[in-house]
Amino acid sequence: MERTAVRGRLTWRHARVVELIDETAGVRSIVLDPPDWPGHQAGQHVDVRLTAEDGYQAQRSYSIASAPEDEHLVLTVERLEDGEVSPYLVGELRVGDELELRGPIGGYFVWDVPLGGPLLLVGGGSGVVPLRAILFHRAALRSTVPVRLLYSARTLADVIYREELIGVEADHQGADIRITLTREQPTGWRGYTGRIDRALLEEVAWAPSERPLTYVCGPTGLVEATASALVDLGHEPSRIKTERFGPT
Amino acid sequence: MTFSRGFHGRRRDDVDPARVPPGQYVTEDFPVLSAGPTPHAPLESWSFSIRGAVDEERSWGWDELRALPPETVTVDIHCVTKWSKLDTSWTGVSLDTLLDGIDTSAEYALAFSDGGYTTNLPLGDLKDGKAWVAYEYGGEPLDPEHGGPARLLVPHLYFWKSAKWVRGIELRADDEPGFWEGYGYHNYGDPWKEQRYAGD
Amino acid sequence: MAMLDGNAIAGQLYEVFGAEMTTVAGVCAYCGARHQLGEQYVYLRGPGTVVRCRSCQSIVAVLVEIRGCTCVDLQGLAEIDLRRA
Repeated sequence: MERTAVRGRLTWRHARVVELIDETAGVRSIVLDPPDWPGHQAGQHVDVRLTAEDGYQAQRSYSIASAPEDEHLVLTVERLEDGEVSPYLVGELRVGDELELRGPIGGYFVWDVPLGGPLLLVGGGSGVVPLRAILFHRAALRSTVPVRLLYSARTLADVIYREELIGVEADHQGADIRITLTREQPTGWRGYTGRIDRALLEEVAWAPSERPLTYVCGPTGLVEATASALVDLGHEPSRIKTERFGPT
Repeated sequence: MTFSRGFHGRRRDDVDPARVPPGQYVTEDFPVLSAGPTPHAPLESWSFSIRGAVDEERSWGWDELRALPPETVTVDIHCVTKWSKLDTSWTGVSLDTLLDGIDTSAEYALAFSDGGYTTNLPLGDLKDGKAWVAYEYGGEPLDPEHGGPARLLVPHLYFWKSAKWVRGIELRADDEPGFWEGYGYHNYGDPWKEQRYAGD
Repeated sequence: MAMLDGNAIAGQLYEVFGAEMTTVAGVCAYCGARHQLGEQYVYLRGPGTVVRCRSCQSIVAVLVEIRGCTCVDLQGLAEIDLRRA
């Protein structure tokens, strides 16, 4: 069967890297300029494919960090210690290089204003990436859907998009941002400490009677623990969407 | 095809090519691939059985298996998804030990595991020092995500034949395709002949 | 852990079906639970992709790519609802 690229179907395309931003020690944002980009929904991802000179290929999925309204397509990648693709994207990739990707993909883990709220966004580590897209899409549309973000990171230095989320000039249209630092807190820290657990969720989450729409993203352990705790607290499983990040 | 400048991947390229079957890449990692959740069978109720075309089913509980003479072997393993890992060390009981004294006219075996996974191979490929029920990897108890407490180890075939969480083998007069074989993977799976898919 | 959510195979499903499939709802043939494909559990990177029911972990779908052709076994689904969720 001959494979021809049909416009409109999901095809691989090459996007030029226009900027690289070091978010934290092991996390980098890649700003891309894909040709004929059809636009995307907050929460979607792209598949990235790398090809070595001898033809060897490796493919991974990365959530889109940019809101649909942002000027460029942005991916944020965390370097995994034993990773094959992430060390290349975070360490080797240069401005001017081309990255092969396809997308946007994923209709399940998306949020748009008509879906309403109140919204609860729970993320751990690089799980905050698609949640950022949701947060800033909401802000771009000046939506008044109530939203709360609970974000778990090891230390303050590991908080991705720190300035955007909790910096002095942070502006995200009244979103309620809550951070918990699990390993180390700076002096005078007034946020939460420790892992996200039932007790923290009970305090932070909307009451089940409000029927929030919840998006949980991050390492499997955090996603599992959060989803079960929320269900335990009386939240409807069908209104909790999960996206596990894992080594593949 | 355009290349990703500077991308090499995590492959080792310092190995003797004679040790690498066609189409394979050598890795230092030990990727975890599975078709389902990791089972957690309690050892008290664990058993390995040989059943099917035999006069009498034979079964070993965990302690009984561990009491059998173990062998430690160092072998290369090759996964059909193209990664190979060299010089892996395993400890377990040889299938020769387990099949010793079992009278059968069966020519085929179907290995079965906790969770429902199956894989088939000729009985002859389980004999003569070619297969083990392995419970240690690298000198440590086999991790559940790598098939612990025990897995089948048949290194001369693609690694999908080395069934994780193995609970026994069924001896059969006829060949019954296992899980991946039923979906089009090669019935035999010799990496040196690159028998990945049916028809290869 | 090898398990991810169905969203992880959104691209592969799009390639096979030519459409976004993660919001398609299916009924598990084993336990009757109804879930969108995006919320099912997927086991990736093996010889094939196995999709399991979020409620009972039974296999609802298997995708195997051989010689450029993808075989999709949906026998684990009693019903598929192609209307968008």
